[in-house]
Parts: sequence; C-alpha cells; structure tokens
Amino acid sequence: MTLDSVVAGRQARIRRHAVTGGILVLLLVAAFLVSLMVGNTFYGPGDVLRVIFGETVPGASFTVGELRLPRSVLGVLSGFAFGIAGVTFQTMLRNPLASPDIIGISAGASAAAVFGIVFLSLTDSIVSVFALVGALFTAFAIYLLAHKGGFAGARLILIGIGVAAMLNSVITYVLSRAAAWDLQTAMQWLTGSLNGATWAAVVPLAIASVVLIPLMLAQARGLDMLRLGDDSAASLGVRVIRTRVLLILGAVALLAFATAATGPIAFVAFMAGPIAARLVGPGASLLLPAALVGALLVLIADLIGQFAFGTRYPVGVITGVLGAPYLIYLLIRTNRSGGSL
Amino acid sequence: MTEPHVLAAESLTLAYGDRTIIDALDLTVPPGRITAIVGANGCGKSTLLRALARLLPPRRGQVVLDGKALSSIPSKEIARTLGLLPQSPIAPEGIAVTDLVGRGRHPHQKLLSRWSARDYEVVALSLAATGISDLADRSVDELSGGQRQRAWIAMALAQETDILLLDEPTTFLDVAHQVEVLDLLTDLNRDRGTTIAMVLHDINLAARYADHIIAVRFGRIVAQGRPGDVITSDLIRDVFDLDSLVVQDPVSATPIVLPRGRHHVVGRAVTPEPGALP
Repeated sequence: MTLDSVVAGRQARIRRHAVTGGILVLLLVAAFLVSLMVGNTFYGPGDVLRVIFGETVPGASFTVGELRLPRSVLGVLSGFAFGIAGVTFQTMLRNPLASPDIIGISAGASAAAVFGIVFLSLTDSIVSVFALVGALFTAFAIYLLAHKGGFAGARLILIGIGVAAMLNSVITYVLSRAAAWDLQTAMQWLTGSLNGATWAAVVPLAIASVVLIPLMLAQARGLDMLRLGDDSAASLGVRVIRTRVLLILGAVALLAFATAATGPIAFVAFMAGPIAARLVGPGASLLLPAALVGALLVLIADLIGQFAFGTRYPVGVITGVLGAPYLIYLLIRTNRSGGSL
Repeated sequence: MTEPHVLAAESLTLAYGDRTIIDALDLTVPPGRITAIVGANGCGKSTLLRALARLLPPRRGQVVLDGKALSSIPSKEIARTLGLLPQSPIAPEGIAVTDLVGRGRHPHQKLLSRWSARDYEVVALSLAATGISDLADRSVDELSGGQRQRAWIAMALAQETDILLLDEPTTFLDVAHQVEVLDLLTDLNRDRGTTIAMVLHDINLAARYADHIIAVRFGRIVAQGRPGDVITSDLIRDVFDLDSLVVQDPVSATPIVLPRGRHHVVGRAVTPEPGALP
C-alpha cells in the first residue's frame, strides 16, 4: 500500500514536470515559427516550413532563410546557453543572485570580445575563443578573490558585482575607441542584440551547443545531488570537485560562446532558472526547463523589441526592462530577510 | 548477510592548514555495534567522523574499509557500504520527502537511469521504517524538526549501507525526538546489523544507547569501551573538565553523569568564587 502511494506520488510529480516541459517545447516551437513569419513582409507557416526544409520559395528563401532564420536560431541557441549557464550557477551557489550575468562573467566574455574586435580586428570564431578566455579568466579571478569565504556565499556575489561594474567600464572604454561603430553595434556588447545575426555568427555557438549541452545534461544528476550540500553529495558517491569543475567549465563556455555571438543579453541567465523553477514546480531538475525558458525569453523579447514599438530595440533592452524589476525584488526580499544574500 | 564491513583508522593525522586536529590516531569501529564518539566542543570528534566518511583527506595515515584504503576505492563504491548523515544537511527548496529519500539511492543507480522497482521498494521501506510514510508527498520545508531528521535518516536508510556515520543526529531536537531518533537507530542496528558510529553531545544518551564509547580529547582517544566500564567521574573530568557524580541510570542500568556545577549542589553551603574548584 505504501509502495503504491510512493510510486503514485512520484509519478505524478514526474508527469507534471514532463507536461510543463512539453508545453515549454510547444511554446518555443510556436515562438520560433512566429519569429520566422513576421517582419516587413509576412510569410505564412507553409512558406516558412518549406524554406526550413530546403525548398526554394521566391522572396521567402532569402528573407526567411538568410535573414530571419539565423536570427531566430541564434536567439534559441543563445537562450539555451544563457538559461543553462544561469541556472547552473544559481543552483550550485544556492542563490538566484549568483547568475553569471550578475557576477561579471558575461561582462568578462563581452569585454574580451569587444577588445578582440576593436583592437585586433578578429572575426567570429576567433572572437568566440577570445570571449571564452575572457569569461574563464573572469570566473577564475572572482573565485580567487572570493576564495576566503568558501565557494558559496554573499562574498562571491558582491565581489562579482564589483568585477561586473569594472568590466562594463572596460567595455564602454573600448567602444568609445571604436568611433566607426554605430549605436546598434555598441548596444550589442552592452546589453546584447540579435541584429548581427548571420550564419557565420551562428556556427561557433552551434558547435559549442552540440558539444556542451549534452555534457551539461549528463551532469544534471550531479548538479541535483550537489543541492544536498557537499558533504551529503560526497557521501552519496558524487565526486564533488570533479562535478563542480565540469559544471562551471561547461556553463562558462556556453555563456562565452553565446556572448560572443549576441553580446551579454541582459538578465536572461538571471531570470530563466527562477521562472523555470516556478513553472515546473519544486524538486525537479532545472537544466532543461531553464534552457527552454531562456530561449523563449530571448525570442519573445526580440519580437517585442523589433515590432512592438515604432523604433526597433535590441533584445537586451527588452530583457533588461523585464529583468531589472526582478533584480530589485530579489534585493528587497534579501534585505528584509536579514541582509545576507 | 556476509561478513560485516570493517572501518578503521590507521595512524590517522588530520589537520586544517597547519593546525593539527587529530594526531596519529588508531581506531576500529566495532562492526555490528553502535559506537558513540564523545568529547568536549572542538576536541576533533566531528573532524574524525568526516575523515572516516572520506570527506576530509588525511594529512598522514589512512582510513581503511575492509583493509583497503578509502582513497583507493571509487567514491560510488564506498557509498554503497558507508553512509553519512552530516550535522546540518541541506534540503533542496521544495523537494518532496519521497524525492529526498530517493537521493539515497544515488550510489545504486546508473548515470541518467530512472528509478527501478527496487529503488521504489527501498524508498517505501525507508519511509515506513522511519514512520513518515504519510508525509511522503509533503515538501521537506513543511516538516517539523523531528520529522525532517527522520526524513534524513530515511535517506540514509535508502542508501542501504552496512555502516552508517552520523554527526550529532539529535541536535536541535527536543528530548522526545532525541529518544525517538536513537531508538530508530537501535532498531536499524538490531534488525539489519548496521554498524553505527555517531558523534553525540549528550553523554547520558550516549551511555544509554551506545555499545561502545570513544572518548576524545585534544585529538586523542582518552578511553574506549563499554559505557559501564568507561564512563566514570574521572573520565568526565579528563574529557570535559567537569566535576560530576556517575550513578547507575535506574531506567536503563547504564551510567548516568550528574554534573556538579557551582550552583545547586546539595550540601555545599557557599557558592565558591568563579574559577575556584572544590
């Protein structure tokens, strides 16, 4: 009798997670198709699907295939990357504020990328490597600076926020040296944008995603076990340090490749995990839901930025408007609960 | 069951930085028995337990399981024999009791595999053994302190280890729940033959529930053996710097320590000045 109710209870939770995940997938597919359909010229779903499957459709083949498709694919992939990277850090540090876009790792990737572009005239794939090095270096520097307080804790977050501010001023400085750039390009490196989307920009991120996302999903169980605390996880047979290093490297790399392609799209890494947690309910593994929510956030925010107003805004402006109130809410809640982050 | 597994420390030295906590300690955890490690705050007993659970690498010496150094055995393999309930384990936010207990199955599961029929069975049995079957679908956050501790013990049971280490499993519990947890561990020891070693603060509960007492002071074992043989007022003075009377507990016929403080001592008319020892 007990056994049956235990099985039933757990199956119900698993079903709920699966249904929520399924709905998120459907929403993402819908948002993806809509993002391919709308624009200056509207193309019906039939045209869009035929372009996707390689048929030649006059007009649509270029507009959808060369302009919208790379943009939407880039949106989805960067959303996956930001979502996974964000929720990995938040889960490991047990703090929603510990997202890599808050603690300066995104800014590190972005700073290295603009530096490479402006001063060294690098192109897409090398820029990605630069961003990766920048992000890894930043993560390592924050870790070293915060090391005294252990791996977790408010100290790391506060140091991270300081590092982020510093790196953002580096980005601004580099941008000010690039007189030839327009505001749109500058915005990409400050808040993130899909405007530069070309297939050439998609390729490095796509390759990174194919390699890193399965690697991260393979560590999902380890990440779940780490939530019990290091001691419990270790005594249950998890190789804590190895798991943590793999997760950090994977998350930082995904984040860096996405940042190199789109810039640090504001607050997506920060918001995706908590939203996913609300949706799928407690206790579930969050990597996959956070990836889906991240992609949805980017696609929808980009649609809003492009078409909801008279002017076209880069996606990061919209996600920034969404994310900032949530950040303030978290800070207020933290303050009320006694000041420790 | 086959031969019980044996956990032992061989000239074990433990240190944090250059501060030595445990110095060249030899110890065998008596298989199939309940052992309580007692000692004053900061004597190194929790550090010792962490090292026995391979959470703290030794500076020198080693911890051996069935004659093999822990450091040479894959972590997941150790986890099928040796379990640990830390002092303050962390429950993931909102996790259901069943799912928490199921985490104990991790060393028995393959990468990415779903729960097997056996996993469900063991989890259900663990919930029943700890008396929390009716809480199975509740969130751990909602449980009382005593219920939560039982959920953690259920997780340790689900791990199905022959040896279970516990770091102060009764801390933060009221007296009724303390007794309940220790009764539960005694059941586990008697029904399954599980070797239990725990750090306990309460010397009287340790004396009542343990078959074997290990008294630690300044990183060394001062005395060990049956509670009736080991716990004397001399030992209490050695280990805790405390003057006391040791009598027999009329309930359990085990030693009970009655501390003599500066106040409330019958027949002592004047309270001595602080620092003055009788």
